Amino acid sequence: MTASTNTALKTTLPVLFGYIPMGMAFGLLLADQGYAWYWATVMGLFIFAGAAQFMAVGLLAAHAGMFEVAMTTLLLNSRHVFYGLSLIHNLKAKGWQRLYVIFGLTDETYSLLTAHHASRSEKDQTMDDEGRFQFIITALNHSYWVTGCTLGALLGSIITFDTTGLDFTLPALFMVLVIEQYKATRKLFPFAIALVCAVSTLILFDSSSMLLISITMTLALLLGTQQLQARGIIK
Amino acid sequence: MENTLYLITFILTMGLATLITRAAPFILFSKQGEHPLLVFLGRYLPPAIMLLLLIYCVKDVSWFVDKGGVNEIVALSVVVVAHLLFRNSLISILLGTGLYMALKQGAFSLF
Repeated sequence: MTASTNTALKTTLPVLFGYIPMGMAFGLLLADQGYAWYWATVMGLFIFAGAAQFMAVGLLAAHAGMFEVAMTTLLLNSRHVFYGLSLIHNLKAKGWQRLYVIFGLTDETYSLLTAHHASRSEKDQTMDDEGRFQFIITALNHSYWVTGCTLGALLGSIITFDTTGLDFTLPALFMVLVIEQYKATRKLFPFAIALVCAVSTLILFDSSSMLLISITMTLALLLGTQQLQARGIIK
Repeated sequence: MENTLYLITFILTMGLATLITRAAPFILFSKQGEHPLLVFLGRYLPPAIMLLLLIYCVKDVSWFVDKGGVNEIVALSVVVVAHLLFRNSLISILLGTGLYMALKQGAFSLF
């Protein structure tokens, strides 16, 4: 095992603990609808999007048309557009590995990639190395997700251990990443903007549409901040 | 077999739609990578989104209703303290999650 694979394993471990229970929950749900276990595997492999896959269970049950499937997925995942936007600069993977990293740009992959990039010191910013690392991180996260989906569908009712609360790994991961992002940027305004947007979205809208609305608001406020800074109105 | 065909079309449609949302910015903005606006977003969008995702994860907790949110606040505080002390992501996350599971599964009748 190379040093970068080793580091990537350690980096992605929190995602492993988050993806296995989440994937299993999806697998259980799909199997419950009467689908053979391998469909959960196939969906994890080719869709690799948590929220969309949970939505898929409902869409399948309703025998939804393809236009509806496409529109729902586009809306649900539109936040990923903003992820890519901030990664254009920092995505170092090349060729087919680059395509694969883009395919696998989930919330968690994005978080790990940006956190890893922020923590790199200037001297070890060799492009090849980071590109390979980004590829390994994506592949590991993908494999955890597919494993979770498959296990859930396969084991079904056999599971006896109590996993209540295990999904707390995801908020815990984001908490750690908030701290890391603060240490990297030393700026409070992005968090202030995010907090205002999240709270007002939760008060004004249905909580199921929170991510998309609050991300759009945050983006608009950040753009405004940049314009004010560029014109010297604020520092 | 019609059902299998439907499933395959379904999965390909959903997979393609997801890929489109993830690839769009790279296709649309790859030439403007040096634009100050994109540099600014690349730097300050991630911290904002991390906080949004954190809030998103705990938004369904019934906050302030009948001790709702106590478990989450206690466990998240442990994550913060552990991370400031050791700055080891895995330790912080495992400590927080372990405590949260114990709290949720009623290991401490106190809560």
